Amino acid sequence: MSNTMRGQVAVVGVGETEYYKRGQAPDAEFKLALNAILRACENAGVDPRDVDGFASYSNDRSDPSKLAAALGCKELRFSNMQWGGGGGGGSAAISNAAAAIYSGVADTVVVFRALAQGQFGRFGQGPRTNAIRGDFAYTIPYGLMSPAQMFAMKVVRFMHEHGVEQNALRAISLACYEHAQANPRAVMHGRPLDEQKYDESRWIVEPFHLFDCCLENDGAAAMVLVSAEKAKDFPGKPCYILGAVGGSHYRAGASVHNTPDYATSTFKSLAPRLYEMAQVTAGDVDVLQSYENFTGGVLMSIVEHGFCEPEACNEFFTKDRFLTSGQLPLNTSGGNLAECYMHGLGLNIEAVRQVRGESTSQVDKADVSMVISGPMVTPVSCSIFGSEATV
Amino acid sequence: MSDYYLNPGLAQPMGTELDEPYWSGLRENLLRVQQCQACQGFQWGPEWICHHCHSDDVTFVEVAAEGVIYSYERVWHPVHPALSDQGAYVVVLVELPHAGNIRMVGNLLGDAEADVTIGVGVRGVFEHHEDADPAFTLLQWERV
Repeated sequence: MSNTMRGQVAVVGVGETEYYKRGQAPDAEFKLALNAILRACENAGVDPRDVDGFASYSNDRSDPSKLAAALGCKELRFSNMQWGGGGGGGSAAISNAAAAIYSGVADTVVVFRALAQGQFGRFGQGPRTNAIRGDFAYTIPYGLMSPAQMFAMKVVRFMHEHGVEQNALRAISLACYEHAQANPRAVMHGRPLDEQKYDESRWIVEPFHLFDCCLENDGAAAMVLVSAEKAKDFPGKPCYILGAVGGSHYRAGASVHNTPDYATSTFKSLAPRLYEMAQVTAGDVDVLQSYENFTGGVLMSIVEHGFCEPEACNEFFTKDRFLTSGQLPLNTSGGNLAECYMHGLGLNIEAVRQVRGESTSQVDKADVSMVISGPMVTPVSCSIFGSEATV
Repeated sequence: MSDYYLNPGLAQPMGTELDEPYWSGLRENLLRVQQCQACQGFQWGPEWICHHCHSDDVTFVEVAAEGVIYSYERVWHPVHPALSDQGAYVVVLVELPHAGNIRMVGNLLGDAEADVTIGVGVRGVFEHHEDADPAFTLLQWERV
């Protein structure tokens, strides 16, 4: 692959609001978005008025035109939304923003996500309508309606095909919670998890215990992207985008659970494209943030990105491997399970912090820092960030 | 307790221009699924054109309500008030080998806490909700 945007765009600032339990944010969602953007700009040393583009995903409600007006941006040149629900668009929004900068469409683009579930309602509850038509009519009357219920069936099939045991899922949750204990931003800071507490926690839907499921939170997160050339003018250590892609495999969007390749996190076609763009292999990855809507999504994501053969999951998925001292440090902020569920943009921020050496669970060498966004939905996305040494 | 697998009160299904033959078929204890008349390919859920050959000559044909369990899940945590007293229930994904391996979602009748085995045969059970307005029918599944 030639002429890609590898190394051509950099993240120069990241920021987030305080993270709250769902419904507990003191501010409106739009104000949360503004505050996260202001903090990211401050972190970058960028005047918010110079932001000329916004990219988000999952039908974020904070309209870029309104954001630009509120921030007094001199000009709006890029106003972008990645289609698709859940957190599948996290890395894709970064891909879109980077592509806009690389192609000269905009200069200073903010990627953001804001959520106030108290103001706008929860994800984890079923709909309250009396009648249902179309695709949902084939699932909701059978009690299949929440995200956990939509995805558990894929994970059951994957675990069946490959003989994966519950402890593989548990290891992911334990590692996330352990990292959250070092992260004062984490909603689960001060609330550690051990094997017994996990095992004794209630089932939500098999194979997901309570601690296999992401949180639901209020807050906002943002990052500022500029060209690699301009990045050198800013005070912080640039974090280069080596690759960022979004998409899905053949008929991933077939309705009523009819995608031909069913037991997948949706990354089989995409992961090779990410590695090709970034010019790295799984073995080069120093630290990984893998989106936990549910631990089963992480399980399949890690397999599909080539870190582990599907038949080797029971041996591979251990808590120790996923700690900063292990071979594959995972979700080092606590992730969606234990830091905050900001539709995964917090994972991208954490990946940047690792490259900058600013994580609360810093790995020794974090030159290649990877994010897997929103498994099991379509489209999904993934990204790889790199230090100066990688470009 | 009701005669239905799940407690009443969930949103009730309504047909559309695209899938009315499916829902009216269930009312008559018939399973109708979409098949392309140009290439004979099956597809589910219903779509406006055939995804195999792009013909719009897709119609609903009657097929046997039988299949095998492709995957399943046992739900414990209710996410809808109607299910707050439900307890555990099982949702199955049933594959229909005689209809292009299309898959359908339903509930697996019987003890919700009994083991479920992927790959075993199931047959359809038409669960008529005569007291609903308008009445409708769900397609449930039981072990063969």
